[in-house]
Amino acid sequence: MSAVIEAHHDDHDHGPAKGITRWLYTTNHKDIGSMYLWFSFIMFLVGGVMALVIRAELFQPGLQFVEPALFNQMTTNHGLIMVFGAIMPAFVGLANWMVPLMIGAPDMALPRMNNLSFWILPFAFGMLLSTLFMESGGPNFGWTFYAPLSTTYAPDSVTYFIFAVHLAGASSIMGAINIIATILNMRAPGMTLMKMPMFVWTWLITAYLLIAVMPVLAGAVTMMLFDIHFGTSFFDASGGGDPVLFQHVFWFFGHPEVYIMILPAFGIVSHIISTFSRKPLFGYDSMVYATSSIAFLSFIVWAHHMFTVGMPLAGELFFMYATMLIAVPTGVKVFNWVSTMWRGSMTFETPMLFALAFIFLFTIGGFSGLMLAIAPADFQYHDTYFVVAHFHYVLVSGALFSIFGAVYFWLPKWTGHMYNEGLGKLHFWLSFIGVNVAFFPMHFSGLAGMPRRIPDYALQFADFNAWSTVGAFVFGISQLLFLWILVQTIRAGQKATTEVWEGSEGLEWTVPSPAPYHTFAEPPKVA
Amino acid sequence: MMSKLSSIARTVLATLCVFAGAAAVAAEYNMPVGVTDVSREIQELHMTIFWICVVIGVLVFGAMLVSMVLHRKSLGATPATFHESTKLELLWTVIPIVILVVMALPATDVLVKIYDTGGEDMVVEVRGYQWKWQYKYLDEELNEQVSFFSNLATPRGQILGQSEKGENYLLEVDNELVIPTDTKVRFLLTSNDVIHSWWVPDFGLKRDAIPGFINEAWANVKEPGVYRGQCTELCGKDHGFMPVVVRVVPKAEFQQWYAAQLEASATEALAMAN
Ligand SMILES: [Cu+2]
Repeated sequence: MSAVIEAHHDDHDHGPAKGITRWLYTTNHKDIGSMYLWFSFIMFLVGGVMALVIRAELFQPGLQFVEPALFNQMTTNHGLIMVFGAIMPAFVGLANWMVPLMIGAPDMALPRMNNLSFWILPFAFGMLLSTLFMESGGPNFGWTFYAPLSTTYAPDSVTYFIFAVHLAGASSIMGAINIIATILNMRAPGMTLMKMPMFVWTWLITAYLLIAVMPVLAGAVTMMLFDIHFGTSFFDASGGGDPVLFQHVFWFFGHPEVYIMILPAFGIVSHIISTFSRKPLFGYDSMVYATSSIAFLSFIVWAHHMFTVGMPLAGELFFMYATMLIAVPTGVKVFNWVSTMWRGSMTFETPMLFALAFIFLFTIGGFSGLMLAIAPADFQYHDTYFVVAHFHYVLVSGALFSIFGAVYFWLPKWTGHMYNEGLGKLHFWLSFIGVNVAFFPMHFSGLAGMPRRIPDYALQFADFNAWSTVGAFVFGISQLLFLWILVQTIRAGQKATTEVWEGSEGLEWTVPSPAPYHTFAEPPKVA
Repeated sequence: MMSKLSSIARTVLATLCVFAGAAAVAAEYNMPVGVTDVSREIQELHMTIFWICVVIGVLVFGAMLVSMVLHRKSLGATPATFHESTKLELLWTVIPIVILVVMALPATDVLVKIYDTGGEDMVVEVRGYQWKWQYKYLDEELNEQVSFFSNLATPRGQILGQSEKGENYLLEVDNELVIPTDTKVRFLLTSNDVIHSWWVPDFGLKRDAIPGFINEAWANVKEPGVYRGQCTELCGKDHGFMPVVVRVVPKAEFQQWYAAQLEASATEALAMAN
């Protein structure tokens, strides 16, 4: 038996291919993980430029830089690119790199499909971005693309948008299948489910969410396609269809999608907080149960995005109560992180700073989320900047900060070099200040009555908007510093040790830095 | 150690005072109290849940900060090894549930009230168009009596920065919706094209206007005045340029105005017939 493994091992013991074919044909989880991460970073910059166009226009009342038609394309594509092109692929990239290393597997379970699921993405987003140069202009109906604005009243380019969503969805489903297959089948002997690292747990649950809801999204856009080209009227009231049905279907996908973008972040933060507090994660079991509960609840709260569509009272009450319930498992997670820090021996390297900011700012986003759950109050908050503030607190200072933290945390393992700690901290502080200056005033502009998705606004919102624009530019420009830190670390830098961080726990810290092209050809033993 | 703790306590207290002060001073930073019973009750709900969040926030962030200040490696802290406590974990599952129930009860009351659209004194149909509102006054049998469009009145030059922006920039219309005080007005909302949303913050009233649907909402305003809002559902290019303006006038004044409108529409109908 061992002879067979040896022979097999030798067969694979080679480095990466040379040149472009390495990246085109690769089935290596580390290569594919890196490509996912770079792709998402490029999309992050593209979506970021769109955000800055939006913020520049909103710096002052009046129309200065862009026409309303282009403004709507910017808000729509900013949302689509950040959600589907930046945050989601970044988490898939982290999963590709880290899940096999954390569970002691030699690679992902389905390496060829892994290659395919990545290489679909550049085409999907190339197609989406190409619509911006088309005669009709790109999608302009918001990232939530409510019918009939996105069907009967949509620009001609909507068909390209639909196909891009189909492709991105197919990629996500394949990625999710791969992650589940890897986690369930390829764990090192001795690693039972309840011994899995938290990032692996959160990704396992996320992958199930993806498989459950991406087909629903595909169904929604397919119905749109038929309404537009084949004369059906799923969402067209004049043909007996139902525009509200679109919203139900969309949010049945959309709400779990929100958790798809935050559950892996919970996993990452658990690792970072525990490592830099030099203490085991508090309440591992309850973390797993809380994550599962959040995933379950995410399927029965979708219509809290639709409190103003005129649902019956019973429906409003159900979705209000169910949504409020989410605060319980989410609270458990936050309390567990704080308890992990409690009486630890903390240090504050860049990953820890991002993780602490995550807890702080994600909790603020959670508070505004709880407020939004109160249906009567939501009649005032709904579709205002209060909502914009809320979801940027959970997605930027939540999901994105966790990704930044993860990159700094594992970069030494990936590259074999330590990043420059001083610059890393500078990147953190600029991001932290930028995010808060950009998004905190949005709570106020929303409460004062500013609707979202408007290119121009009444004079009483002017100060808040000026601040938001300043913060957004600080945040945006400081990401170039991040790029510089990455390039610098890849090229040179102090050599990283195997364990990288003092007392770091987990299989990924047992392989050399940088992690060799092939790891765990022999499965490690987990006690 | 003690002095550090007391200094933390002082910081927390000072922060709280700043928050409370800020909340009191800056009403314009907050949700409007509005001019209907519903809007007042919504604002109370909003403040209650806000203060609950502040208290939880002070506790959680306080614990975090204490930990970050005291339990540092640079101060020679050695890590404890505890990693679970069933008692604690149960406690912070149960307490939030209790808080949520306490919160859900008043919220349910207000929601039931918002949905009580019956017993109205008059009915107005609100119809969304890209990008204007149409208001129709209906009689008891819901027959249309008076109807007009309400368009943005802000001159293009103000939007393009060629002239000074007025006080009600983007929140002014050619024909305001006029309703009487102390009257339960039932609104029927629908749309002619895409989905719009009709919002008057001071009434605590926001409801989507959806093609093929008729949504209901109501308001009973005690104080005369002009109340301004906007379309709050992305409805295309000029979504940002379809304000909602409602003028609430005493009953007698409304009767006068309404009679004039009826007469005008009768004359118009006559002119059309000829
Ligand atoms: Cu509208």
